[in-house]
Amino acid sequence: MEHLKFDYPSAKRRVTKKAHVGVVGSGDMEVLMQPSETGAAHVSVQTSVNGFTQSWKAVMDSFFARYDGAVSIHINDAGATPGIVMLRLEQAAEVIEQ
Amino acid sequence: MSTTSVVPEFVRRTSFIELDARFRAEMLMDAGTGRELVGPFERIESPWLPEQGIAPQSDDGCVVIKGQIGGKPAVVVALEGGFQAGSMGEVSGAKMTAALDLAARDSQNGKKTAAVLLLETGGVRLQEANLGLAVIAEVIGSLLVLRQHAPIITVIAGTVGCFGGMSLVAELSSYVVMTPEARLGLNGAEVIEQESGIEEFDSTDRALIWAINGGEQRVEMGLADELVEDNAAKIAVAVRKYVQAGLPRAHRSQQVELYRERIDALDVSQQIDPLSLRSSWDTAKKSGGAR
Repeated sequence: MEHLKFDYPSAKRRVTKKAHVGVVGSGDMEVLMQPSETGAAHVSVQTSVNGFTQSWKAVMDSFFARYDGAVSIHINDAGATPGIVMLRLEQAAEVIEQ
Repeated sequence: MSTTSVVPEFVRRTSFIELDARFRAEMLMDAGTGRELVGPFERIESPWLPEQGIAPQSDDGCVVIKGQIGGKPAVVVALEGGFQAGSMGEVSGAKMTAALDLAARDSQNGKKTAAVLLLETGGVRLQEANLGLAVIAEVIGSLLVLRQHAPIITVIAGTVGCFGGMSLVAELSSYVVMTPEARLGLNGAEVIEQESGIEEFDSTDRALIWAINGGEQRVEMGLADELVEDNAAKIAVAVRKYVQAGLPRAHRSQQVELYRERIDALDVSQQIDPLSLRSSWDTAKKSGGAR
């Protein structure tokens, strides 16, 4: 079990909605996305698979290169692959931006 | 010819099985009445799973939505089969118990509140051991209080099915609705095979398993009340019907003598097959259901 944290100070655009997508099943994860209280984006990841900090960072960097919402994200992960992680993040962002 | 007439109904229908627990629960509620209690953003997670290297889920796989069904007050408790096979842990059990208790309190105060349980569960969450066992007892205790006042409708849609301690909860309910894809049993096929050997029960034989535990057989045996195809709209209609019906004349679990007589009447000198059991069990099964 690992807890990872990432911050994206440049993601400042105010959002108002919340989103909850995904399920903590094998190879999948859930995302809780809500307005951040600090005015910048923060990510916390709880994953059952250890040793993939760099992969998580790469996916998060890639996501926040295109997304500028000041969101607070929590992820419970049961071994989602990077592709699934990105899919779930985009799905949550879509709900928030609707 | 329009597309609606070309595309068969079973393709156009909204599958209930393919919905997650939250969508299933919302689907059954009257539009705009549902309000989730202790939702995922409350982050009330299992404290025991992370200690064992297992990721928890923010709602512990248990979704509670309060609202109205067919204009009547109701609470839906849906288990998420995708998370730890819908198993009951300390948190999910406490949520279900509290939902039933609140419904009982409202019912006692004159606001009859039905409970709908969407059971997609392997039973006790083994990682939470005795706490998981304890919550089954708590759920049953609360259910027995509520069912004196308002109906409890269990829906088993599949594909996990309903097993272990939660199969007791299903059978103590006022009404049970199943799909042909759903299974209901105390022990799952793999558990039986592991404990008693493959001669007793072959857990790879799907036809055998469904012939015994499947929704069609359970309904034919009077252990469930209605077989509904995997169609969200049709399941919602069935649930509304039972919410409107109110309490049955007698609950299934109160008819101990009837079931004892049926079992006594069986010829067990030779192996009984599931199909002939339907007829030999009791052709007057309608009187034995919770109707």
